[in-house]
Amino acid sequence: MEGHGKVTIQIDDAGQVRESRLHIVEFRGFERFVQGRPYWEAPVLVQRLCGICPVSHHLAAAKALDVIVGAGTGLGLTAVGEKMRRLMHYGQFFQSHVLHFFHLSSPDFLFGIDADPAIRNIIGVAMHHKDLAVQGVMMRKYGQEVIKYTAGKKIHGTGAIPGGINKNLSIEERDILLHGADPLNADKMVEWSVAALEFFKAFHKNNKTLVDTFAEFPSNHLSIVRAADGALDLYNGVLRAVDSEGNRILDDVDCQDYNKYIEEEVRSWSYMKFPYLKHLGKEKGWYRVGPLSRLNTCDFIPTPLAQKEFEEFKAYTNGKPNNMTLHYHWARLIETLHAAEEIRNLLKDPDLQNEDLVIKGEKAHKGVGVIEAPRGTLFHHYEINDNDQITLANLIVSTTNNNEPMNVAVNHTAKSFMNGQKEITEGMMNAVEVAIRAYDPCLSCATHALGKMPLQMTLVNSKNEILDQKTK
Amino acid sequence: MEKKIIATTSLAGCFGCHMSILDIDERILDLIELVEFNKSPVDDIKTFTKPVDIGIVEGGCCNSENVEVLRSFRKNCKILISLGECAIMGGLPALRNGIPIEECLREAYLEGPTVGLNTTKILPNDDELPMLLDKVYPCHEVVKIDYYLPGCPPRADLIWDALVALITGNELALPYEVVKFD
Repeated sequence: MEGHGKVTIQIDDAGQVRESRLHIVEFRGFERFVQGRPYWEAPVLVQRLCGICPVSHHLAAAKALDVIVGAGTGLGLTAVGEKMRRLMHYGQFFQSHVLHFFHLSSPDFLFGIDADPAIRNIIGVAMHHKDLAVQGVMMRKYGQEVIKYTAGKKIHGTGAIPGGINKNLSIEERDILLHGADPLNADKMVEWSVAALEFFKAFHKNNKTLVDTFAEFPSNHLSIVRAADGALDLYNGVLRAVDSEGNRILDDVDCQDYNKYIEEEVRSWSYMKFPYLKHLGKEKGWYRVGPLSRLNTCDFIPTPLAQKEFEEFKAYTNGKPNNMTLHYHWARLIETLHAAEEIRNLLKDPDLQNEDLVIKGEKAHKGVGVIEAPRGTLFHHYEINDNDQITLANLIVSTTNNNEPMNVAVNHTAKSFMNGQKEITEGMMNAVEVAIRAYDPCLSCATHALGKMPLQMTLVNSKNEILDQKTK
Repeated sequence: MEKKIIATTSLAGCFGCHMSILDIDERILDLIELVEFNKSPVDDIKTFTKPVDIGIVEGGCCNSENVEVLRSFRKNCKILISLGECAIMGGLPALRNGIPIEECLREAYLEGPTVGLNTTKILPNDDELPMLLDKVYPCHEVVKIDYYLPGCPPRADLIWDALVALITGNELALPYEVVKFD
């Protein structure tokens, strides 16, 4: 379910792409080796799946354990417990989305998909567009600071515990985040998030064909939404899925019942499984997750600036689900703005200084925690025995949910860029990576190197004999 | 001063150590004045194109590909650093070392609560997938390692101070507060 990746593309002797595969080549075995450990270790153990979005794993595990310690399913915590976790989570969204947009994707936009790889990277951005690079670096820093003050540490913190949290936010910490010296304060982060959106929208305006048609394909979309009113809620909610036309194919599903609705297929050529909605089967039941899917499933965004952007985003497809792969970036930046607004709101909330950190009730033996991680819906499921040892762990990470869509996107891109071409160029190979990058495969949860992976091309003839191999 | 050449890689790690490198924040703009990145996820260069002064390795070795990459780093780098617990001791992935690897695979692909339809008992097994090792090995059991920076992940300040010391040739001052093992 995690580890590094590799793409293989088979091209026949007529120059047509026959098949493309995204292989995940690493296996770690978390589900087995956490068995026997005391349940309260899970939030700190399992976040070591991923150093880029550890908070998501930390919180998903803590939410599952809330159920086990009898603190309810999501909204049962004390006010300070829930709000500190939310602040931590929005800090995580902010830093992760910023990292993805500025560090990984902006080089493709600034220099072009087929630009020289020697400058098409974050160092090239720092050298040629220093202001933008500084913004990206400082926005990520701010998100990491929010995590530090809520989780105790920027990476692999300890803030969430079963039934609550282990610290509140002091007045001093609040003031640093709310009114820190320019640019490290909440107002500036909101302002820069708006600017990043303007940057993307200007790029979109000048590159409509690329942004609108690149790896565009219909699919289902899944996320959690707020139970009461269908609002975008990244921390807690019920499962909802829509098809490519917007019909609801799953709605109002309690996350504790996730395994009644979701199943995973195993394929021999990848360590990453292929999830799908059970009632639709594996051919028709696969779905996308992540920023694009969340904006396709939710009814509105509960912060004003992001809601305004959401309305523009929805109007672009006349209210129908948006199936354009590169629009993930647009959706991601709208969520970045939402996270910045939520951080600013929460910092002004006096509940964060409350002292009642933990709540517990009657113990249960099973708990499921579902959260929206930056890259999409994340499922954690634990069962324990009477000695408080974990007996079962099941994890479906965001990037696993996007496994089939990423394979479809790779195939789509390989066909449109490589079919019938005499020579495979660096730019064509990067186009395939651009398709994968839009899904933001968690660098560690599911792939290689800052979103970029070895690309191996295999040229075969009609008898399947290998004619040539090329590695980027 | 001529720029030092740096290469980095993540083997069986979680990328948290690379994130901690990014946590040097605005100092990254100073760093690129001091060094040139060669093979590294930071810049998308995928093969060594010149001799490297400082190689930084995150993660231990859990499969044959990790071993190959680590050996190529040793071959191409004058100085090699194990960055973080996984590179130094195997870290969290090494929790599988007391368990037969078959059991880990069975749990993930045959017995978990959401793989119900895997009735044909498929396990991942393909020429494109590297061989899993029996255990997760720390880097120094595979190649010689010159320096160790502890932490899960090592703090950004420790990484920064160590790099500056190596680049400038000055002695590294290591105050107690900077070295953490969590």
